[in-house]
Amino acid sequence: MSTKAKETLLDPLFNDNPIALQVLGICSALAVTTKLETSVVMCLAVIAVLVLSNLSVSLIRNYIPPSIRIIVQLTIIASLVIVTDQVLKAFVFETSKQLSVFVGLIITNCIVMGRAEAFAMQNGPGPSVLDGIGNGIGYSIVLLFVGFFRELFGSGKLYGIEVLPLVTEGGWYTPNGLLVLAPGAFFLIAIFIWLLRTWKPEQVTED
Amino acid sequence: MRRSTTYIIGFAAAVCLVCSVIVSGAAVSLKDRQEANKVLDRQKKVLGVAGLMKEGEELKPAEVTQLFKDKIVPRVVTLKTGEYADGVDATTFDQRKMRSDPATSTKAPPNDAKVLRVPNNALVYHVMEGEKVKLLILPIEGKGLWSTLYGYLAVQPDLNTISGITFYEHAETPGLGGEVDNPRWKSLWPGRKIYGPEGDTVKIEVIKGQAGPVESDPNRVDGLSGATITSRGVTYLVRFWLGENGFGPYLKNFKTTQGKGA
Repeated sequence: MSTKAKETLLDPLFNDNPIALQVLGICSALAVTTKLETSVVMCLAVIAVLVLSNLSVSLIRNYIPPSIRIIVQLTIIASLVIVTDQVLKAFVFETSKQLSVFVGLIITNCIVMGRAEAFAMQNGPGPSVLDGIGNGIGYSIVLLFVGFFRELFGSGKLYGIEVLPLVTEGGWYTPNGLLVLAPGAFFLIAIFIWLLRTWKPEQVTED
Repeated sequence: MRRSTTYIIGFAAAVCLVCSVIVSGAAVSLKDRQEANKVLDRQKKVLGVAGLMKEGEELKPAEVTQLFKDKIVPRVVTLKTGEYADGVDATTFDQRKMRSDPATSTKAPPNDAKVLRVPNNALVYHVMEGEKVKLLILPIEGKGLWSTLYGYLAVQPDLNTISGITFYEHAETPGLGGEVDNPRWKSLWPGRKIYGPEGDTVKIEVIKGQAGPVESDPNRVDGLSGATITSRGVTYLVRFWLGENGFGPYLKNFKTTQGKGA
């Protein structure tokens, strides 16, 4: 793999993470991360949509009239999201019930449109797919980080399996109610960004 | 580069056409599977509240369908009269569709459960033991804090003792109101009585705090801590569906005919 391709794929993981650095896609990161299982399904759905939308936008990028490019991108993304939602309902019904409206909201996830506009419109299909995968995984890393801690400390479980026995179930652990609510995710994302910027000080924004 | 208006319109039309073909293709080809999932999910919940399937027990789809067929008889009931509507096919009856359609539902009188429309006909399940009805399963729905809760209430043939409650769809806060799914909380329901000692009024209530054991405190159930509004919502919706505008007439009718029906 050439260095350029490698960069396209790996940069969004930590160097140019869509949530932590570009601060995109926060809303779904708050909504679906109360449990690890929903987070995982959401990650897969977003990766699929990102890759396919980057690919299709990139394939027709030279034919898209600039005056209607945004609406064309949006049409493609919306169609892909509906298809993804239908697939989830058909194959992982239980989880899709919990994700409910948030799969539909991938349409408004700024990462998808951001990448289509910023990358796929200027690059060929190959790099665009890599960019989609990279950004999807970058998004997933944050979601899984948040989902892991919220489920563990918020409901004492990991992937639905009891890890910390709850007081209400006869154990010893009193769950942290803050973590199951949206603000808990804000704290965790902030901690993630803090850790990331301590590790990579060049990401710190100057006042 | 500038493109002609014709090109732009043509391009937009082409994109729309391709996208709509993809979307409708996916919707049509996956529909059967999705419907099957929905039916299966409902059957599981009904079996669960009937006590025929343990919490967390994994059954294969075919086993669920078989068990459902063997033990459970769905019946369509006309809510106003409380009689069985035998002209309606119970296997394909969709209560939520009926409820939303103005032609097959009526506006509910103002109520605490914030139920807006009541369907003319409703789908109840009889859990059979031989020829006799062992349990009556009634669909219930009403507002919690964020969302409408949909579920089932299982009542014994004395029409007073609750044998279980479950919710199959809601969007309450996980860990707080979402605890309506908690097996421990649900296990507090069996044995509680719907009516007070003098009979007529529906007394069952989810209180704030802890209720006593079934024997000494039969009309009250523990509240969900941190979820006062959801708890109250459960009280209201259970009361609504057991009352006059819900299954009241049907329960009366059931009492006289003992479920034999017309």
